[in-house]
Amino acid sequence: MKKDVMICGVGGQGTVLASKIIAASAMDEGYAVHSAETIGMAQRGGSVTSHVRIGEDAFSPLIPLGSVDLLIAFEPSEAVRNLKYLKSDGFVIVNSVPVKPTSLGGGGDYDGKAEIEFLKSKCSCLVINSDELCAPFGSNKFFNVAVLGAAAGTGRLGLSADTVRSEIIKIVPERFHEKNLAAFEAGYKLGEKSNADK
Amino acid sequence: MSKKYVMGNSAIALGALSAGVNLVSGYPGTPSSEIIETIVKYPHEGTYAEWSVNEKAAMEVAAAAAYCGARAMVTMKQVGLNVASDPLMSLAYVGVKGGMVVVSADDPGPISSQTEQDTRRFAEFARIPVFDPSSPEEAYEMVQDAFEYSEKYKTPVILRPTTRVDHAYASIDAPDSFKAKDYEGFVKDSKKWVIFPRLSYQNHAMIEKRNIEIGEDFSSCRYNTFTGSSQKAVVATGVSYAYAREFLKDYPEIKLIKVGAPYPTPESFLLKALDGVTEALCFEELSPFIEESLLKLIGKHRLNITVRGKLTGDVPPSGENDADSAKRIIGSFLGLDISESKVDLSGAPQPPVRPPVLCAGCPHRASFYAVKKAMKGRKAYFCGDIGCYTLGNAMPLDMVDTCLCMGAGITMAQGFNHMDSDAVAFSFAGDSTFFASGITGVVNAVYNAADMIVCVLDNSTTAMTGHQPHPGTGRNLMSAPVDKISIEKILLAAGVKKVVTVDPLDLDAAVAAVKECAELKGVKAIIFKSPCVAIVKPEGKMRVNSEKCVGCMRCIKEIGCPALFVNDGQVVIDENLCTGCGLCAKLCKVAAIGGAEK
Repeated sequence: MKKDVMICGVGGQGTVLASKIIAASAMDEGYAVHSAETIGMAQRGGSVTSHVRIGEDAFSPLIPLGSVDLLIAFEPSEAVRNLKYLKSDGFVIVNSVPVKPTSLGGGGDYDGKAEIEFLKSKCSCLVINSDELCAPFGSNKFFNVAVLGAAAGTGRLGLSADTVRSEIIKIVPERFHEKNLAAFEAGYKLGEKSNADK
Repeated sequence: MSKKYVMGNSAIALGALSAGVNLVSGYPGTPSSEIIETIVKYPHEGTYAEWSVNEKAAMEVAAAAAYCGARAMVTMKQVGLNVASDPLMSLAYVGVKGGMVVVSADDPGPISSQTEQDTRRFAEFARIPVFDPSSPEEAYEMVQDAFEYSEKYKTPVILRPTTRVDHAYASIDAPDSFKAKDYEGFVKDSKKWVIFPRLSYQNHAMIEKRNIEIGEDFSSCRYNTFTGSSQKAVVATGVSYAYAREFLKDYPEIKLIKVGAPYPTPESFLLKALDGVTEALCFEELSPFIEESLLKLIGKHRLNITVRGKLTGDVPPSGENDADSAKRIIGSFLGLDISESKVDLSGAPQPPVRPPVLCAGCPHRASFYAVKKAMKGRKAYFCGDIGCYTLGNAMPLDMVDTCLCMGAGITMAQGFNHMDSDAVAFSFAGDSTFFASGITGVVNAVYNAADMIVCVLDNSTTAMTGHQPHPGTGRNLMSAPVDKISIEKILLAAGVKKVVTVDPLDLDAAVAAVKECAELKGVKAIIFKSPCVAIVKPEGKMRVNSEKCVGCMRCIKEIGCPALFVNDGQVVIDENLCTGCGLCAKLCKVAAIGGAEK
């Protein structure tokens, strides 16, 4: 398998954990993996991306433009910002809940709605509202694991859900296992359903 | 042995541990910081590691270990090598007994640095060998070989990774525990270890002769390779080789020359690789180092080869390369089709700008605000320094007039004072920066009778680079409790007349301290002491009482906290970000902001 997965969002949303779980799962299934994260000053409140490259042929640590098979966006405008990386037949999973930019005046009237409409008009995508999906778990922080469930559910991740579950158990502290696995299942169902709807 | 999925910096650390490194020292700096942090994460026996107070100290500590016949590694970012260049230049003449590897991480872009300097130039300047890894896997191998070369030629050797190698993740097959090498110990010999003009003269001649030998050795080195046989060749180095290879993987006939050991110039290798080539494109970052090496070689051997690269404008002079610029630049050089199937982006909404800002609750915001408030209506210079607090330059704070290099704020404030004594001259340096290179500046100020206010923004950590301990924290790299070195006592001992320590979140007291110091002659110091919000648990949350809020936006306009935003004409506090520092509440004129339940 050769697959380029990009995860994007805003610093502090938990994108790094999602990329770690994907990388570990792919390695567990015997694939060569390379990845890269945003580190340093831009981490706080800035745009962040994780590049996960599965397969032997990935030489560049960052995914080239027009090469991403699966774009997992934790925020609508970040999905649009990174859409140039998507293959023409790539797939987008996007959270519709916006993160307002931390500039003077509070970011004007940005609400993410135009971004979601734009994405729907340009590529195949699965839109998830993280507030709704994560409500049963008490925090939006579970979105990073829930969205992996959704990715596995659509079949676009190319990795078995069991492998991902076992990596979640290995990587996440034990006291959070139950909620994370439940979040993963909730996402998985959404992903599966979106496939059935097509 | 086991597979470890690690970042390039950790691969360098694992490589050094595999090579039996006895001593590792360094000073934090993005993109190099994780190397030393990895050393202490894996079980090791007999390896000493430290965060030194700055890069010069780190280099000298490591040099002594290498004089003892031990293997030593010293790590820093590229501008750190400027600080450590004094010992390095002399060490290059003296040489070493045990292997010594100097890791200096370059930062094309630059992504988080002041300069786009090229450590390969430093290697050439110091006349010592340098390795340039193209991937974490290669960095792991290279650092081990670098120790071998260092011992073979008795010289320090530089490994210069770049940000994209330091921060890329890959699987490395490495041992699970490590043991440091046995070493002979220091053998006294003043003719060898004491640098004098005569020794320098002799060794300079020896080094120039030796470097020709190393160039020959590098010609058969496994990091200098080529594939393909075309007349048009691509010469690539470091991570740019990875980008070039990514693009050229479907064109195996194109000659791709990789130079991973660029200095001393591997002449025989380059002559062989260039055999049959009529035109060569040098695809590299930072300076045209290989490009100039090729031009020299071509001139020396009167070869008829056209060299393209930064000097011809084919490769941009600044900024980093990437897979896309590789495709564009190499594709156009070779006349290849570079069309691609991308998503149609026409009509895309403009994404909002998300600049880095001081965190919600960051005590630096309060320190800057206190000085700003106290100096309202007075002429003042605000000399900043290197750290998170450089972000104090952003609107609406606008409190950093200058930033040059580590420690420069303290000394530059003196220059401003000597040129314009009517203004109040301030310097702002963090606690780690103060220890690294602020103390000499304070001594200079007292000695030369400057009028200035030294502000130490003491958040009890080295925040910007990932919260490393420093001499004021009471912990060192091995996490052993050690004596805390008091910034206040250092300032007093240096002769600073007035030293005030104040909590910046106690806004009234902080403003009063600044006003008091501004009325005094001589060197004054204010230690703004409050821990970094990223390492302490938030104490509570602030909330806006929407009935009281009059929508004046004073809180938003004055301090620019990222937890404050506007919704339907009213200020709202993002409870996920708020740490309850209360600075916004203190400046609200209608007392509409107060503590929410915890």
